[in-house]
Amino acid sequence: MSDTITNGKKATVEKDKVVIRFAGDSGDGMQLTGSQFSFTSALFGNDLATFPDFPAEIRAPLGTVEGVSGFQVQIGGVNIYTPGDQADVLVAMNPAALQSNLRYARQGGTIIVDMDAFDKRNIEKAGFKNNPIEDGTLDGYNVVEAPISSLTKTALEGIQLDNKSVMRCKNMFALGMMYWLFDRPLSDTEKYLDGKFKKMPAIAEANKKALHTGYHFAETIEALPSMYKVPAAKIEPGKYRHISGNIATAWGLMAASEKLGIKLFYGSYPITPASDILHELSKHKHLGIVTLQAEDEIAAVCSAIGASYAGQLGVTASSGPGIALKGEAIGLAIMAEIPLVIVDVQRGGPSTGLPTKTEQADINLALYGRNSESPCIVLAASTPSNCFEFAYTAAKLALEHMTPVILLTDGYLANGSEPWKFPRMSELPAIKIPYAKPNGEAYLPYLRDNETLARYWAIPGMAGLEHRIGGLEKQENTGNVSYDPANHEKMVHTRAEKVDRVANYIPDVEVMGEGKGKLLVVGWGGTYGSLHTSVSELWKAGRDVDHAHFNFINPLPKNTRQLLSSYEKVVVCELNMGQFASHLRSKFPDIKIESYTKIQGLPFTVTELKEKFISLLKD
Amino acid sequence: MADTIDIQNKPALTKKDFASDQLVRWCPGCGDYSILSAMTNALPQLGIPKENFVFVSGIGCAARFPYYMNTYGFHTIHGRGPAVATGVKLANPKLSVWEIQGDGDALAIGGNHFIHALRRNIDINILLFNNEIYGLTKGQYSPTSPTGLVTKSTPFGAVERPFHAGELVIGAQGTYYARTIDTNPKLMAEIFVKAAQHVGTSMVEILQNCVIFNDDAHAQVTGRDNRDDFQLHIEHGQPMLFGKDKKKGLRLNGLKLEVVTKGKNGVTENDILVHDAHEGDSTLHMMLVRLKPPHFPVVLGVIREVKAPAYSERLAAEIELSGQKSRYKNMDDLLNSGETWEIK
Repeated sequence: MSDTITNGKKATVEKDKVVIRFAGDSGDGMQLTGSQFSFTSALFGNDLATFPDFPAEIRAPLGTVEGVSGFQVQIGGVNIYTPGDQADVLVAMNPAALQSNLRYARQGGTIIVDMDAFDKRNIEKAGFKNNPIEDGTLDGYNVVEAPISSLTKTALEGIQLDNKSVMRCKNMFALGMMYWLFDRPLSDTEKYLDGKFKKMPAIAEANKKALHTGYHFAETIEALPSMYKVPAAKIEPGKYRHISGNIATAWGLMAASEKLGIKLFYGSYPITPASDILHELSKHKHLGIVTLQAEDEIAAVCSAIGASYAGQLGVTASSGPGIALKGEAIGLAIMAEIPLVIVDVQRGGPSTGLPTKTEQADINLALYGRNSESPCIVLAASTPSNCFEFAYTAAKLALEHMTPVILLTDGYLANGSEPWKFPRMSELPAIKIPYAKPNGEAYLPYLRDNETLARYWAIPGMAGLEHRIGGLEKQENTGNVSYDPANHEKMVHTRAEKVDRVANYIPDVEVMGEGKGKLLVVGWGGTYGSLHTSVSELWKAGRDVDHAHFNFINPLPKNTRQLLSSYEKVVVCELNMGQFASHLRSKFPDIKIESYTKIQGLPFTVTELKEKFISLLKD
Repeated sequence: MADTIDIQNKPALTKKDFASDQLVRWCPGCGDYSILSAMTNALPQLGIPKENFVFVSGIGCAARFPYYMNTYGFHTIHGRGPAVATGVKLANPKLSVWEIQGDGDALAIGGNHFIHALRRNIDINILLFNNEIYGLTKGQYSPTSPTGLVTKSTPFGAVERPFHAGELVIGAQGTYYARTIDTNPKLMAEIFVKAAQHVGTSMVEILQNCVIFNDDAHAQVTGRDNRDDFQLHIEHGQPMLFGKDKKKGLRLNGLKLEVVTKGKNGVTENDILVHDAHEGDSTLHMMLVRLKPPHFPVVLGVIREVKAPAYSERLAAEIELSGQKSRYKNMDDLLNSGETWEIK
């Protein structure tokens, strides 16, 4: 993008997409600023994707790099699948925010700083030797020095508020500037402020005034080069809302429970970045949800298993370290053949690793992280909003096939958000639980459905179907404890086949492109947005490259072999050392599969992916 | 799901109804047999339909118990029984949930779940078969083995100090703690019935004998010659008397308990402590829990039984509150809540 800098005259630059990044101290309200900007843009008709960048520390000291909170959003007149690689406009509320976010600003882009915050003390605290605005650090950027703090203070002089509350309004000043820059109305945010501060009219007034002052300031000063025009995108008609991955996961589980008319039991131990699922579900107990904040990860999964045993939809969630602890219990659910959903919101590892950063390195854990032959159904959501669909699908498969399902999401999906055309409950597919029915004969707990191999489910309270199950090997049909060697082998194969047969009930993997050709880019889970964007940009440039993205990891969709073997080259891109590539190689040893990986706690950028694909196409 | 059936129209259940068709595989002479028998005697007295009983267990000899009961049963993994039982009970509060543990299962590998089940006051019944040894793994010391016990893993005697289950129960704010012994089937059955009737986590410790790896561990308490002197059977509202002719009793002397004899040194029945199981202050219960030979008898019976809201009661209140506070009646409401917009 090239910014036209004109003297005095405000030009309008039309862009099909723009990335904006807000950065400030954790107390500066950057998340709210970013989400308001996103909401207003969505109402305007843009497509968009957002990602918050929280500090790991809860309240790091004011003005330090550790305490910086960021929020990035990409808005577009075209379809948007990622929050963008680099920001066209960066708002830095203090030197620390500039220090930690400058690397996300595009060369030649605009940086708006609160110049009032650039005093000697703050500059030093942020680790700059000199004032970065003056010493050439920002050469090559269009820097807008805005006295945000002092103008906010002046503007709010007439309102009876303490200094702290006044200073809290400076984020609205910055937002006002952005609204002018992108030619957006103030009314949506004004409405929001009126609602949020209904009981504190002075605060609402002050925030609105700061918003307007910022808007007019931007209009007046000459430093802002131009207004951007990002037209409305062509978006599928329907009713939309914003949703983040963790909320979508929670709602997907709730939707499955409501569809079935059985309660949802959620056993969980707090862990970043999965805790928001617990928070969300805890709010809706009257909708048939029981949440238990268990004493540890093991109790979390075991209580969910107990609830499933008693006839509810048992769910537990965690991140990698917690899933590692749950392994033995997941094995019990596999052996006892009861439904269970396990959500793994992946983060950087190993061990405690990078709790607030994203990674996709738990696929091996999900596939193999249990003793002995313990296959699980493994799914992966690929956008914040489709966490809803796959949480729902996870519950459906767990109940219809009577076995645990692991749903992989990640920190990037969990905290990222996007507009979502949400469904009506009536549009969601039916779920059929294979309940046992008393028929006067002795109930055999391991009698199976011929098609799915799911056993028929009798739950406590059903008269005449009393039975015992557990973690010891089961005799086929009767479920009695059995040490018979031939029976054991048969049961191991049966449990594996039960999971394999799930392939009969899942859709083929879709390919974006021709379905054959030079290069197939394969991804899974949270990398969808960056892979899709990269491949479609190369497509437009006439390159022979397709994209296939996997949501079903185990079993794989039935068309996987045919698809992979239709290309000269296949490259699997993932945020780990190549785990899904290895999985595919083990299933299809005759197909050559290349691997492209990144392990920095960060998503792929479109730029680096395109470079890689171009070099693969050249060879 | 089938609802509970009107038991008025069904013949009363008997002991036989609760015996499963499985061959009982404990060692001959194991104390577990008498516990099983006491349980099948106790359950028909509760008036609960058979399909509403669930037995949950972890791992160990004791954990095989559910296989021998003709009820719903779930043999889970080591130490995790209380967590599984918690899920079962919260899923369906109508169920009568029994959780069977050994001393290693409950107090070593599952110690965390054990104390938290008590703290939460989940309305389940935990039975602890305490034989002070690891049986299923063939003879290692357990967290209740006395210091000095020679076992396969402690050839020179255990150097650790044992847990006393009752102390943990009281420390975890348990609302029901009873102790009984495998040689007294009548007392066991009585206590099981009371445990089932208590609302909240009921914890019953059963002094149980392992004939193979720790035979006679409780002999000092159970032996024919000395059991009268070393067993104090307490009952709420009754004086704490023991001994062959019920002349010995417990008296509080300052902050300590002492054994006194009626008629000696001017001691009368009025000096003997009267048991109050319902007392909220757990100080005296804690003292009773700790007593042991040679200077004191072991206290058997319901030591503590106090009222406190069970978790499921609080949960029901929370659900009610959640319903009052929320504007959403169903998922469609929730999906449409907050900021939404229409693209035409």
